[in-house]
Amino acid sequence: MNTEKSPSVLDRRSFLKLTAAGSGGLILALYLRSDGTVRASDSNAAAGPEGDFAPNLFVRIGQDGTVTIVAHKPEMGQGIRTALPMVLAEELDVAWESVRIEAALYDQAYGSQSAGGSRSTPTSYDPMRRLGATARAMLVEAAAQTWGVRAAELTTESGTVIHAASGRRAGYGELVARASTLPVPDANTIALKNPRDFRIIGTRQTGYQNPQVVTGQPLFGVDQKIPGMRYAVYQKSPVFGGRVRSANLEEIRRLPGVRDAFVLEGTDNLTGLMPGVAIVADSTWAAFSARRQLQVTWDEGAHASDNSAEFDRRAREIGARNTGEQNVRTEGDVDAALASAARTVEATYSYPFISHTNLEPQNCTAWVQGDRVEIWAPTQNPGAGAGLITSALGIPAANIKITITRSGGGFGRRLSGDYMVEAAAISERAGVPIKLTWDRTDDLQHDHFRPGGYHFLKGGVDASGRLVAWHNHFVTFAVNGRPGSGGSLDAGQFPARFVPHYRTVQSAIDCSIPMGPWRAPGNCAFGFVMQGFIDELAHVAGRDPYQFRLELLGDRDMVSDPPGAGRGGRGGGGYDASRARGVMTLAAERAGWGRQLPRGQGQGIAFHFSHQGYVAQVAEVTVSRSGELRVDRVVCAADVGRQIVNLSGAENQVEGSIVDGLGTALYQDLTLENGRIVQANLDAYPMIRMPMAPVRIETHFLTSDNDPTGLGEPVIPPVAAAVANAIFAATGKRLREFPFSKTDLSWS
Amino acid sequence: MSLYTIAINGQSRTVDVEPDTPLLWVLRDHLDLVGTKFGCGIGQCGACTIHLNGSPARACLTPISAVGSAAVTTIEGLSPDGSHPLQQAWCDLDVPQCGYCQAGQIMSAAALLRDNPRPTDSDIDIAMAGNLCRCGTYTRIRAGIHRAANQGGTR
Repeated sequence: MNTEKSPSVLDRRSFLKLTAAGSGGLILALYLRSDGTVRASDSNAAAGPEGDFAPNLFVRIGQDGTVTIVAHKPEMGQGIRTALPMVLAEELDVAWESVRIEAALYDQAYGSQSAGGSRSTPTSYDPMRRLGATARAMLVEAAAQTWGVRAAELTTESGTVIHAASGRRAGYGELVARASTLPVPDANTIALKNPRDFRIIGTRQTGYQNPQVVTGQPLFGVDQKIPGMRYAVYQKSPVFGGRVRSANLEEIRRLPGVRDAFVLEGTDNLTGLMPGVAIVADSTWAAFSARRQLQVTWDEGAHASDNSAEFDRRAREIGARNTGEQNVRTEGDVDAALASAARTVEATYSYPFISHTNLEPQNCTAWVQGDRVEIWAPTQNPGAGAGLITSALGIPAANIKITITRSGGGFGRRLSGDYMVEAAAISERAGVPIKLTWDRTDDLQHDHFRPGGYHFLKGGVDASGRLVAWHNHFVTFAVNGRPGSGGSLDAGQFPARFVPHYRTVQSAIDCSIPMGPWRAPGNCAFGFVMQGFIDELAHVAGRDPYQFRLELLGDRDMVSDPPGAGRGGRGGGGYDASRARGVMTLAAERAGWGRQLPRGQGQGIAFHFSHQGYVAQVAEVTVSRSGELRVDRVVCAADVGRQIVNLSGAENQVEGSIVDGLGTALYQDLTLENGRIVQANLDAYPMIRMPMAPVRIETHFLTSDNDPTGLGEPVIPPVAAAVANAIFAATGKRLREFPFSKTDLSWS
Repeated sequence: MSLYTIAINGQSRTVDVEPDTPLLWVLRDHLDLVGTKFGCGIGQCGACTIHLNGSPARACLTPISAVGSAAVTTIEGLSPDGSHPLQQAWCDLDVPQCGYCQAGQIMSAAALLRDNPRPTDSDIDIAMAGNLCRCGTYTRIRAGIHRAANQGGTR
């Protein structure tokens, strides 16, 4: 397959009737109604430049038969720029090898170009099919008119229209001229393929830029270089929100290779343009070197004495109470049920603030000229950067052009646009195009962190071993009273709905720490907490952990709540116990659940629902007497609907999520001292390395009759619990705190 | 600033930079060879792995003044056309996710296969422990190295 990034898409919209982008969540705004159905395009709008057939923004066919499919979502490793074009190509009925993929610029004509929340597949799968199918129908009609036959007599195959009765065939390229004169049919009623006839969807295709990745081509944000560009660094206050009092700017300006140094006043937005000092130089190294001489006096503000240890003390004080600042969900009489339960357990689960640690540090290339700006950014969400640039710098939205480069990891960090507005502000002030590069310390210490949290849990089982009472006081973190992203516990979080006496309350500790979505926000930690504590309850009940969970799920299928009562994971809408049982059963079967293992080895099971996906995992571990852990095997069963788009990409997401979820549980930990993040680089913030990755990962997809949903996130939440539960089975040691590396696992 | 002439991917290149400039930034900013990646700057992540006289080295910790006459090989020079068995295996097995670390992974793996044409899982784990993959493609990297080894990965 040929790939080439082309900036041509913006130029092509002149022939398209632009409508205002709709409300949030609406994708492909030009083509879609808010109910997700596809709006018919303009009549006679199918002629593109150079005689191409261009019935919509997403596909062009040249007279030479070249098929170009536009990938509108950002690529950060989740494979979406391969997967969505596969969907369109399927219905267009072309050979995948013939498709050229073009990355779209940022343009509201595409609707939302944010890739987050595992939402790209569920929101784009059906529209991509319809966009491909309308194009195909027009090519078929063109052939019908050319040959004077009825369209119903024609079939297509690999970019060719065929009239079987007469043996006539025409390549799509031959039909481009006539097809371009035809009205675009109603996409809502266009006939789609029977999935049994899929030739591309559901196959195993490799990432569209792999050849460039393995040869080191300039794909990423940090690889961009434009004529006249200079290199910038930006120093912010180590205490979040601190303002610059003074800095040795004159001295810095005299250093070798330095062109300019200046203060940006910034804004109050903790996740926007923060105050700081910029250095602009002739090379990255000149900027980095000058920065080592930079001395800034900060006005550090009200949070300069915040400490992790103090947060910890306050959380335990708050969590000891049965009442919180906020009731999340209460059913039955929890206190009475706990008092009369046959066995009870109390436990505290906790996890620290962590960083996303994209391997490509945040960076952005920007060129402000007057009231216009051009941006090259590794972003999951170009609109966020554009919004900040408009609000902080006053540049009108229409004057912001963004090239969405490949991102060296996303994980939610690049849903924020702080580094983009910083680059634009520096370019504006310096008057030249600049590339802003954060170093690893910037990236670790100025992340929009996954909030830490504490769960003060009590549970009770009755004499028959049934879970009857559940109490959770969740203590989270808030800025000005607003919990951070992923720092709110939703009312539908399992085992809500499945325990007769259930209470979750929430309280928050105020802080000034910028927080943001971290891969499976909230759920990335909740999965560990809920499935760990359920394992403890199974243990006191004397029950097998798998059987205990199956009984907890009961025999109901869809367990709904009244509207507004909670979704049970993002994008939920009720809890489908049949899907949870399905993945549990599949994982247990494939793993050989319940095998007798010697001391020091163990199996653990966990399941979780988030981001519309139901996922269960069985982990098998070996723990040496001296406490060394090896994860021998993780068996994963995932139900993300009736259709996997790209089997290779999907399995890669599962495997990567398991490694990521494990690494996060094992190692990641940030601490705050005097308002500052202590850890400055990867020597103090270890990440999982190959020797600790599971020896084997086995992926099983359970197909269910539900619309296809995403895989970027839902596999993360069960991992830590499955491994922790396996460690308990192996050693009798219960892990209730991230990172696991804090706990001595030795046994005798 | 000083002039340095170094041998990169079989070519002689001259740059005018400060003596303490890491080879990483010479490659990226001055020679437009951006396949070698910046991840941490302290030799922890391996994204900047290159070969110096055939041995893996961290470009972020190698000042230009220390390169001398050593032959520098970057991902761009590993093969003329992306046909090194490791590059092929990475494509065939769809190893990359975001891809940012993969140049460094491949350079470490290439050095491993030169010394040990048929590595075990354990050999691979030891040789590759210095290269982080934030996306968690480790199981595919292992498989990719075995595949390249089976197809004559030493070239």
